[in-house]
Amino acid sequence: MTALTAGRTRRRGSGTNPSKRSTKERLPWGSPTVYFIAFVVIALMVVPIIYIILGGFRTNSQITVDPAGFPNPWNVQNYLNVLGGSVFWGQVLNSTIVALVTTIGAVGLGLMASYVLARYQFRGRGALYALFAAGLMFPITVAITPLYLVVRNLGLMNSLGGVIIPQIAFALPTTIIILVPFLRAIPDEIQEAAFIDGCSRLGFFFRMVLRLSLPGVITTGILAFIGSWNSYLLPLFILNNDSTFTLPLGVQAFSSQYATDTAQVLAFTSLSMIPALIFFSLFERRIVGGLTGAVKG
Amino acid sequence: MSTTRETTRPGSVSTSDLAQHDGSGAKASLPSRPRRRGAGWSGRAEIALLAGPAVIVFLAFVILPVAMAAYYGFYRWAGYGPPTDFVGLQNYVVILTDPAFLQAIGHNAFIVVMSLVIQGPIAILLALLLNRRMRGQSIIRILIFVPYVISEVVVGTGWSLMLSTNGALNGMLHNLGLGSLAHDWLSDPNIAIWTLMGILTWKYVGFAVILFLAGLQGIPEELYEAAALDGASYWQMQRRITLPLLGPTLRIWAFLSIIGALQLFDLVYIIWGQYVASTAGTSTMATYMVANGRNAGNYGYGNAVAVVIFLISLVVALIYQRFVLRRDTAGALTERKTR
Repeated sequence: MTALTAGRTRRRGSGTNPSKRSTKERLPWGSPTVYFIAFVVIALMVVPIIYIILGGFRTNSQITVDPAGFPNPWNVQNYLNVLGGSVFWGQVLNSTIVALVTTIGAVGLGLMASYVLARYQFRGRGALYALFAAGLMFPITVAITPLYLVVRNLGLMNSLGGVIIPQIAFALPTTIIILVPFLRAIPDEIQEAAFIDGCSRLGFFFRMVLRLSLPGVITTGILAFIGSWNSYLLPLFILNNDSTFTLPLGVQAFSSQYATDTAQVLAFTSLSMIPALIFFSLFERRIVGGLTGAVKG
Repeated sequence: MSTTRETTRPGSVSTSDLAQHDGSGAKASLPSRPRRRGAGWSGRAEIALLAGPAVIVFLAFVILPVAMAAYYGFYRWAGYGPPTDFVGLQNYVVILTDPAFLQAIGHNAFIVVMSLVIQGPIAILLALLLNRRMRGQSIIRILIFVPYVISEVVVGTGWSLMLSTNGALNGMLHNLGLGSLAHDWLSDPNIAIWTLMGILTWKYVGFAVILFLAGLQGIPEELYEAAALDGASYWQMQRRITLPLLGPTLRIWAFLSIIGALQLFDLVYIIWGQYVASTAGTSTMATYMVANGRNAGNYGYGNAVAVVIFLISLVVALIYQRFVLRRDTAGALTERKTR
């Protein structure tokens, strides 16, 4: 814990610097051995993904003749078929709605609760924090069967809301664990200055806290978004109607429906991972920071 | 760091953040800083207004379901109408004597141990490798992390196509003249669980690497400089400085890995499906729960399985907390002290 916390303080001290520094001062080259090992590891990591993407550019007969070959000739028809149909776009829309609302809900509610936990003094504060923190330990798997019953009793089966609300609830622990230290790090002096200027605590929340905790907000937002975009178990239980499917369910349905059309399945699968990959490459630094933050607490 | 540890005074106890991550955290308290204002009447209204929505959603969709599972677990119940067929502990007796469930527990235990044994060393070596400042480090880090970001469904669909008997892996082995190494990777019961371990390693090792890199950043450079002056070799430094100081990160990663492995569901269910998973020897407690609860229309039983998984996870977590993470709590105290 010591090392972790020390790491946090240090990084926060030079919080914005590394990115700037790396553009100015060029890093030295590493040794060839390091690059070689890194190359092998990266190849192992990336080849399966490339296989999925390239496979979509092949025809089924190509895949049957040589399962491990390159596209020859390249064939874009599989991708065009997927992109031209309404099924894929409907699922993209569903996934986007679910992920966006989940993100907004989890970050919004999480930020409010974190603010209370970080900056208010009241009895039961520790217990409240412990309650949320305990939720971190039990992912959705354990609660899924009764959760399904709760959602059904609320009449939310086959609706996106039935996925969104539980996802917000299960995203709250991570969000709160990450945000509380951010909010606690806001100097008391700023708060006092705001109060002296006649700002209420709620006004302080909306005017100052939101802005000052933005890095944490972005991190938790990304985590909630990607978690929702990839989630499988909950939609599997709640969404039984094709028109409400999110992408993970869609990929699975598609791959069993067109089980013989491997190339088409690969095209569908690779298209479905593009949004998450783009999102990730845009915010990679923040996600990495957020994950380490999540562990540090 | 060692000096801060010596200056700790007993009695300056504040529970570490991590100690609060477990169920026993009711007595945990946040490290408090002095406040000028207490919470007055309006303060309490603000607290309720701000924290209320999150608490309500959390109680209704996280805590309530767990409590409901405990209740329904005592009934034989198909999921419709109020449960009436009270069977006491019968569900639990059936679960704990069902060979299929005991096998699933065995698979989970295997996955817990092998995840630590396989991913830990690989991730430490990779993190050490990537911790040097060198050109291209950020792109390398991104690429290692990519499998972690991709959804389980995509991973499962892609890998099951690649690993099928006439899939890409066997095709590649034939192309390379290694046709004798081709296997039925997914359904041969002798191999399938190792296939699963390979896929799990591929998907989750990047997460461990990123965590360890963050931990490495917290180790003061001066320690290495001092050791180098004393003539320590690179590997001596890693053994004597890096590993001990990376300890807390390692222990937290192991904790997350264990909990994740105990609740493993998505990948197994997507690649093997509920029936094949049991014959291929990759079924887990969670796939057993879904197969015999919801898919069998036996919700009382499914809830009882959920309770068993919950209790197993809780016990493991508490034991881990008690015997492994305790040291880290001590470290956190000294850190707080120095601020």
